[in-house]
Amino acid sequence: MSDRLAVRKTYKLYVGGKFPRSESGRSYLVQDSNVALASRKDVRDAVVAARAAVKGWSGATAYNRGQILYRIAEMLEGRRDQFIGLGEAPADVDAAIDRWVWYAGWSDKIAQVYGNANPVAGPYFNLSAPEPTGVVGVVAPPDSPLLGLVSVVAPAIVTGNTVVVLASEGQPLPAVTLAEVLATSDLPGGVVNILTGRVEETGPWLAAHMDVNAIDLTGALEAELARSLEEAAADNLKRVVRPSATPIDWHADPGLGRLTAFLETKTVWHPKGV
Amino acid sequence: MTATATSAFADIGRSDAALRTFLHGLPGVDQVGAEQRAAMLGTRSIKTTAKAWAIDLAIRMVDLTTLEGADTPGKVRALCAKARRPDPADPEAPAVAAVCVYPSMVPVAAEALRGSGVHLASVATAFPSGQAPLDVKIADTRAAVAAGADEIDMVISRGAFLSGRYAEVYDEIVAVKEACGDAHLKVILETGELATYDNVRRASWLAMLAGGDFIKTSTGKVPVAATLPVTLVMLEAVRDFRAATGRQVGVKPAGGIRTTKDAIKYLVVVNETAGADWLDPDWFRFGASTLLNDLLMQRTKLRTGHYSGPDYFTVD
Amino acid sequence: MFEYAPAPESRSIVDIKPSYGLFVNGEWVDGENRNKTVNPATEEVLAEVAWATEAEVDSAVGAARTAYEKVWSRTSGRERAKYLYRIARIIQERSRELAVLESIDNGKPIRESRDVDVPLVAAHFFYYAGWADKLGYAGFGPSPRPVGVAGQVIPWNFPLLMLAWKIAPALACGNTVVLKPAETTPLTALLFAEICQEADLPPGVVNIVTGAGDTGHALVSHPGVDKVAFTGSTDVGRAIARAVAGTRKKLTLELGGKAANIVFDDAPIDQAVEGIVNGIFFNQGHVCCAGSRLLVQESVYDEVLASLKRRMALLRVGDPLDKNTDIGAINSAAQLDRIRTLSEIGASEGATQWSPPCSLPDRGFWFAPTIFTGVTQAHRIAREEIFGPVLSVLTFRTPAEAVEKANNTPYGLSAGVWTDKGSRILWMADRLRAGVVWANTFNKFDPTAPFGGYKESGYGREGGRHGLEAYLDV
Repeated sequence: MSDRLAVRKTYKLYVGGKFPRSESGRSYLVQDSNVALASRKDVRDAVVAARAAVKGWSGATAYNRGQILYRIAEMLEGRRDQFIGLGEAPADVDAAIDRWVWYAGWSDKIAQVYGNANPVAGPYFNLSAPEPTGVVGVVAPPDSPLLGLVSVVAPAIVTGNTVVVLASEGQPLPAVTLAEVLATSDLPGGVVNILTGRVEETGPWLAAHMDVNAIDLTGALEAELARSLEEAAADNLKRVVRPSATPIDWHADPGLGRLTAFLETKTVWHPKGV
Repeated sequence: MTATATSAFADIGRSDAALRTFLHGLPGVDQVGAEQRAAMLGTRSIKTTAKAWAIDLAIRMVDLTTLEGADTPGKVRALCAKARRPDPADPEAPAVAAVCVYPSMVPVAAEALRGSGVHLASVATAFPSGQAPLDVKIADTRAAVAAGADEIDMVISRGAFLSGRYAEVYDEIVAVKEACGDAHLKVILETGELATYDNVRRASWLAMLAGGDFIKTSTGKVPVAATLPVTLVMLEAVRDFRAATGRQVGVKPAGGIRTTKDAIKYLVVVNETAGADWLDPDWFRFGASTLLNDLLMQRTKLRTGHYSGPDYFTVD
Repeated sequence: MFEYAPAPESRSIVDIKPSYGLFVNGEWVDGENRNKTVNPATEEVLAEVAWATEAEVDSAVGAARTAYEKVWSRTSGRERAKYLYRIARIIQERSRELAVLESIDNGKPIRESRDVDVPLVAAHFFYYAGWADKLGYAGFGPSPRPVGVAGQVIPWNFPLLMLAWKIAPALACGNTVVLKPAETTPLTALLFAEICQEADLPPGVVNIVTGAGDTGHALVSHPGVDKVAFTGSTDVGRAIARAVAGTRKKLTLELGGKAANIVFDDAPIDQAVEGIVNGIFFNQGHVCCAGSRLLVQESVYDEVLASLKRRMALLRVGDPLDKNTDIGAINSAAQLDRIRTLSEIGASEGATQWSPPCSLPDRGFWFAPTIFTGVTQAHRIAREEIFGPVLSVLTFRTPAEAVEKANNTPYGLSAGVWTDKGSRILWMADRLRAGVVWANTFNKFDPTAPFGGYKESGYGREGGRHGLEAYLDV
């Protein structure tokens, strides 16, 4: 038994590529650690950071975004044991790593699968291509704090969106640790912003925020909460992903639904002439 | 035209470079948009009184044309008689604007049209190819004017235009215009060979800058003659040219206009592009031959209330 | 002067009944409540139409449910396709009748209903007919399932075309529908019901319930509806999004817009002016994707404005059934009020109002084509959807400024760009936050081309392969 005193980690928020404490100065106790208890002002700051990151991230090449997501997988692989130490099942950590790899490859393929050349009845070039929706609010699954989290964040950002994530309230430590992975993966600050705390407190502010373009309510498992967040999201016609009607198997093939949910289709017309 | 405007535009003709800078600085023409505009105007429904008015105007705008190697004095005399009195059965039918013939036929036509008020146009400048030395073109023009033509339809050198030798085309038009004296000069762009509407617009401006009184689409001797959208682009050019210089230039689509329905579409395009000022034989002509009989047939239909047939109209 | 004599399309081809019921389960049923629909060009009452009650909506949804479970979900894609092809053919065969009726009930020029609306309606049915037996190849899995019963609410600006956009993909994917046309323009939807009968479409697959907002509310909030599709105002869209919150109903919304039509100094000016005119005066400006904000580069402002005014002076406003009419009647007194109110606000906020000289008919609802110059982004007429023939003209100096102004709106339905420089078009198209970007053209539609908005212009796409997604359980 070493007599060295361990250096404990302070679990903070992840906003704009930095690790601030909650502006409220509050925290809550999880697994013997004090975790930042985010406030509505933290939501506000995170949305500002996410919005600021949209231009650069959505403007990056798909190749570049894919490289960065793959880099996240590399960094996560290196910290595999750390997540297991937080109580994550090894299979979940492995699946989370593989999920980053899977989505990384989609960056430069989704437009080819989801876009179309449209044979209009006239002398026009006509192309429909997907574009990111913008800032996406995410209520992360409370019951799958790493694999579930990765499974909702990766598809949103790979296409160029930025996210503000409300991490699992009861098991926030994997999310904060994942932030450390993201911060060392060349992911531009602000692309992923992670808030820990109470979804009942922060969720309504995120859902009603007029500068958020979409909201993923996958983690809003309580029906009345989900309903009220969806209702608030209608204020600016946010795109909404509802909680699943049935429990989600996070190890299953995720399909394209979470990618396309946060894509807009832009159709461009141009005459063909000489 | 103001003195300043004149000199400003005159300077443009001094070199290929200056012409290029100017002509390529004109707004582009989007093919699809231009053709859709023309097609939409083609859907205008001209009925009853409007149709009667348009038919008479169209007859008065016809440059009744024969440009065949087989033309003879007899054929030309017959055409002139038709020009003076298109419908023998109807003295109210107006005369056409002009008769258009080869230079060798000008003396015959001049005789046949004397005192009628019908203009006499002659093609010149090595029609239809334009492939002759300048002095030959000038002589061609002078001979036609001397023999009695009061309108000259010249062709531009498309080869020079397409290869960017704009000053050569410009100088040639200036020289022919000078050779015309008092005769009106119609400059044939041969739009079917210019390939793009951008070229049509540039050639229109080039011809107007060089002094042409009319710009004309076609010789009728190449596969693509006048079209509605080409005429639309040319009408935009004369409209813009007048706005810029104060000088009004006429437009003449030629070739391929065979029916009253077609002719009325052109008049609609004139009306809604250059405007009512151009709805006059002094400013708009149809280069045509078979069109006239169809106009007369439709005129008769409106007058009598029943459809007529080709046996009742003279073929000349 | 070349005065075009009146060239009215004959209305004898249409046979408007004095009164119409609801089309439920393949039959006409009398409605409990009735209201009148008028010809907006004359204020003449055209017919009495039912305004469906909650109970009547319930019976229509019930008919759709039964038809879905007993018939349509068991009908093969190949057979569904043939019904849709049959409908498309009947639309072509009865095109003149449909066009005339649309112009009478809506007020739009016959030239547009004849040359744009009705041909696009037929094309839409043809296009989606072909998908019905090919859904497994559409990229949504090997055998995607329909959603079920679709409740569809459509606006009055393109009554029959919006019906086609809703019904064709829904039926192709195997859903049954209850559709509510707008209260001011129900007649072509009711004629479409006859076409369904003529095509022997099984009863209950298409149900038409006429009525106003209450009927629409009853439809979208009916628990038996699995899918809600709405085209209309952003405010109503918002209310529908709230109403379906917490349910499993699938929702697509096609809402308002305030599109920028951006003209650069190297644009093909004559075609750009046509595009500006088409962008805002097509269909009296009753177009959600109308180019209602003109952004002109300062260096060509005078030239473009002069050309635009000259062109506007040629617009022929009047009898919608005259084949030479360019601008018809405003669809309703209420819409005319809104246009007038916003125009008065534009003038009072300091913008300069201009219309060409044009005499408007004494009866009916009319508004002269109008432009406002000296408009800034802060003016209400630059921010709010007017949905009328009113154009706000603004200027810009650089491409970045054009993009910034174009995107500076909660809407994001469409945008226009006019320039001869290809690389600039693509640069602009990448940056404009709008679902449709028309470059060197405007207001073009095609069944193969997805249409729909960003931001508060709604979500989901109609048209093309993308349009299937709204009606599949994916």
